[in-house]
Amino acid sequence: MLTTLVVPTGGRAWVAGIDVVANPVGVKRRIGVVTQNNTLDMQLTVAENLEFRSRFFGLGLRDAARRAEQLLVAFGLADRRKAIATDLSGGQAKRLLIARALVHRPDVLFLDEPTAGLDPQTRVNLWDMLQALHAEGQTILLTTHYMEEAEALCDQVAVVDHGEVLAAGTVDELKRGAGADTVITVRYEGGMPDGVALKARLDDRPGISKVETDADQVRVFTREPDGVLGDLVTAGSSAGLTVRDAAQLKPSLETVFLNLTGREYRE
Amino acid sequence: MTTTTGIQQVAADPESPKPGALGGTGAAAIITDAPIPHPTMVKTFVAMMAREGRVLRRNLIGTFVRSVMQPLLFVFVFTYVMPKIGSGLFGGGVVRSNGTTFATILLPGLMASMLFMQGIMAVTFPLVMEFSWQRTIEDRALAPVPIRVLALQKIIAGAAQSFLGALIVIPIVLLVHAAGQSPQVNVTDWPLLAFILVCGSLLTASLGLLLGTLMDPRKMQMLFAAILLPATMLGCVYYPWSELRSIRWLQIAVLVNPMVYMSEGLRAVLTPQTGHLALWAILLVLVGGTALVGYFGTKAFTRRVLN
Repeated sequence: MLTTLVVPTGGRAWVAGIDVVANPVGVKRRIGVVTQNNTLDMQLTVAENLEFRSRFFGLGLRDAARRAEQLLVAFGLADRRKAIATDLSGGQAKRLLIARALVHRPDVLFLDEPTAGLDPQTRVNLWDMLQALHAEGQTILLTTHYMEEAEALCDQVAVVDHGEVLAAGTVDELKRGAGADTVITVRYEGGMPDGVALKARLDDRPGISKVETDADQVRVFTREPDGVLGDLVTAGSSAGLTVRDAAQLKPSLETVFLNLTGREYRE
Repeated sequence: MTTTTGIQQVAADPESPKPGALGGTGAAAIITDAPIPHPTMVKTFVAMMAREGRVLRRNLIGTFVRSVMQPLLFVFVFTYVMPKIGSGLFGGGVVRSNGTTFATILLPGLMASMLFMQGIMAVTFPLVMEFSWQRTIEDRALAPVPIRVLALQKIIAGAAQSFLGALIVIPIVLLVHAAGQSPQVNVTDWPLLAFILVCGSLLTASLGLLLGTLMDPRKMQMLFAAILLPATMLGCVYYPWSELRSIRWLQIAVLVNPMVYMSEGLRAVLTPQTGHLALWAILLVLVGGTALVGYFGTKAFTRRVLN
């Protein structure tokens, strides 16, 4: 929506101070967009993809060629400049997409899941690249499903679910926020201890914010996790049940995310 | 294994051409050492047309073969082979009762057929690809112009190809035929000829935009069976509209086919002696149709891009 390619059903939004509905062309001049899919022009070479994008943004022939060359070198694509865009590897295509989004010096660079489906080396190198751009003052709006990516790269994080911002702030702020519990999960063999017994054990413990129970497992959200796991195991054995699986998930952005959004499958 | 190089590595790479341009670090340079763009609608439009030109040049042989083969084979079979073997088809295949050769009928007809085919192929096929799978249309949709300008650019680029496709027919029909089978061309109004060609190509390119926008890529084969083939066969390519009078219902039914107006329009300016639809009807449909289809095509296209 902020990239002007989806018309909002209501409300208003501004990018770099420009209304996205009233002046989409003005917004398009100020933003660079890398969508998740490979939208390179498959009829053109690597260099031509950059040259023509530069020319779409009003650069003359010579400036466009110079800008393309500069980006090819910076993004390590100089030896592929004559390749047709279809012949690039996934990582090369992603780099070209980012380079292409930067041709006109956008105020804001939008990246939609930039590392999805990339091999670990490419991902790490891409992270370095984004950090370098960011360090030079490039504003980047990055959407990702990889919480470690948000944790590693982002100053400000917003958790969005079903179109609503559930929480926003720095990574530390989010972790300190309401949902930043340690999650302790215990799965029992063949059933659940009596809910009352379980409750009695956990009731006098401080810091517990939520207890969820399924057919054969219990999940405790707490700020003070010490001893909880032991309690759950004891509750199980006093009910004659053995523990099949136990896990303790320390607060991470992933925990914050799951706490905020729940665990049902998304589309 | 592909080695990826981050921005930081650029300055350290002695082989990089013109490393000085990148300054201290690559990242700083690509942000600060860049020409400041001043896009205008005209510059963007011209750049988009230049992109079409580049692609066309790259696929020159394929495009040329696509444009030449159909008219060449048609003309060869109907004005060379058929008369030579004395086939009884098409009024004896030689000279019709009123003295017109079949090539005379075929010249405007094939030109119209090429207008139509090339217009659809130049716009619809690439567009269906751009909308499907990776939605590469987003590449151009992010250019700093309104989406309707992108639609207009597609129409004009398609119309140019369609126009050239029709022109290719002329030398083919003039050159390829058996003795005594040459077309009898009689142009009196050159500006009107140009106008009809331009209007016809804009109409087909607009139709191409509408079809390409609405077409489900999985049903592409339907395009041939349900649109291109009937439009051509019933588009007064191989017979003038007036001769359909002996099948009155068909003569009326084919009036929904836009190609009829292209064939008959070209007949009116190239070979008026064969008879043709009233010129006012031809111009009304060509001009009105272009405006209408262009409007709805652009609207549908914009809606599909901004889904």
